[in-house]
Amino acid sequence: MLTVATGNKAVAAAVKEVRPQVIAAYPITPQTEIVEQIAEYVASGELDSRYIPVESEHSAMAACIGAGITGARTFTATSSHGLLYMHEMVNWAAGARLPIVMANVNRAIGPGWNVWAEHTDAFQERDTGWLQVYVSTVQEAYDATIMAFRIAEHEDVLLPVMVNLDGFLLSHSMQSLETITPGSFVPPLHLPHAIDISNPAGYGTLTGPDEHFRFRWEIEQSMRKSVRVIAETEQDFAERFGRNYGVAEEYRYEDADVVVIAMGTLGKEAEVAVDLLRNEGVNAGSLRIRWLRPFPELDLSGRDIVVIDRDYSFGFGGILAHSLMARSRIEPYSVIAGLGGQEVTFDDIAGFVRDRKPGREFWFGVNGNV
Amino acid sequence: MYEIRIHSRGGQGGVTAARLLALAAFRDGKYATACPFYGAERRGAPVVSYVRIDDRPIRVYSQIRNPDLVVVLDPSVMEVVDVLHGLKPGGEVLINGRDRGTIQGYPARAVDLTGIALKEKLIVAGSPILNTPVLGALAKMGIISVDSAKNAIREMFTDERNVRAAEAAYQELVI
Repeated sequence: MLTVATGNKAVAAAVKEVRPQVIAAYPITPQTEIVEQIAEYVASGELDSRYIPVESEHSAMAACIGAGITGARTFTATSSHGLLYMHEMVNWAAGARLPIVMANVNRAIGPGWNVWAEHTDAFQERDTGWLQVYVSTVQEAYDATIMAFRIAEHEDVLLPVMVNLDGFLLSHSMQSLETITPGSFVPPLHLPHAIDISNPAGYGTLTGPDEHFRFRWEIEQSMRKSVRVIAETEQDFAERFGRNYGVAEEYRYEDADVVVIAMGTLGKEAEVAVDLLRNEGVNAGSLRIRWLRPFPELDLSGRDIVVIDRDYSFGFGGILAHSLMARSRIEPYSVIAGLGGQEVTFDDIAGFVRDRKPGREFWFGVNGNV
Repeated sequence: MYEIRIHSRGGQGGVTAARLLALAAFRDGKYATACPFYGAERRGAPVVSYVRIDDRPIRVYSQIRNPDLVVVLDPSVMEVVDVLHGLKPGGEVLINGRDRGTIQGYPARAVDLTGIALKEKLIVAGSPILNTPVLGALAKMGIISVDSAKNAIREMFTDERNVRAAEAAYQELVI
């Protein structure tokens, strides 16, 4: 069905189609609309699910873990401080190999108090064993949420997936949305290590020095296998529903001499900057990184690269830029822009490209290069 | 691409007006986005919402700098905000209230949305509802079709007075 929706409503609509048995959540700006809408679906009977309104995000993830270990499909949504508050349980979910799906509406971390878009919240969870995807349109928020369940629950993955969308810019923007009936695209969850609730037993999860590393290695093996599972899932989605994504979205990329790399809504805005630059005779292209974990292997050699980070690691640099420097061995112009919802237009992005200084870092809005 | 900036005060329904307009444009077969700008709102503070309408998918998320049309739901905002800021040459203004002729050379159309809302008793929490009648005015200006305006209102609201208010605004706006 063709309709219009906000990014938040699109996520909720996707969750309704995939029908998790347990949803536990705590509201937080700018995510609240997701769990409000899901609560309405449950209250009206449109979604037959157990909705647990918990008293904190830590409990939200703990409830998903508790339900998940019985083999139930689970979902939660959060943002910023809520995500950081559940940090311990975020790690636990991955370590317990539970295919929980969580929507995170990217928002800056205070103080100073700020409810606007920034990726540092989710980037702080990048080493937890969760897969992370970043979307740029309402349609993609919907599609990625549906795909997240299948990827997470795949027997070769069995790791949680976080779907990230930019606070307000996408969560509260209204765009067209084609809803689907996933049907067999998302098969029922079979959790091989589910506990049998009719035959209760206690589990001690103590793993000693001679065992712990094995479990860590298994997470990494699954993370590596997830590359193939993501590709297969997105391919099958494209065949069934006609929309194709990939680990990164290319725009006028093939023949580009200079490439802008960004994530989320800035990745879309960059496409408009590319058109602007092409009209000026600059051979520009863009690449919107979708998956932060597993991090993509990209061949970026032979081009100038401008990376826009809507995040920062203090005492280090832009996390996306440095990840690409390490993985793809590039010397990018590293731009830090859009923190806490800082306005970044396609004109600004075109300016980053025109004024690029490879190997340097530039904070947009702050005088001078670092 | 046609770009619209809507000025109102927190609680007057500017965000909903933007969403209704985007929905109506979408029902006309266009691509449309409504991007409300969320500041540190509280009731009564001046707020802006943005609507973009195009024949192609819209990839811009930044705020509208040079609108084709400025809609002012609350004219008192004009005392504290330069609502014409960045308005394109040849751009238009639609104001709730009395006819002001032109404003700084821009043609300004006026319609008494507040009066229409009060007449239909469209009042929520003591404030007249402006976001459904304004759709009728926008239809009269040719931004959206009349049918899509009505359909969009019916998709978001069940109270038929909203449609009647839009019809009244359509009738009253002089083009």
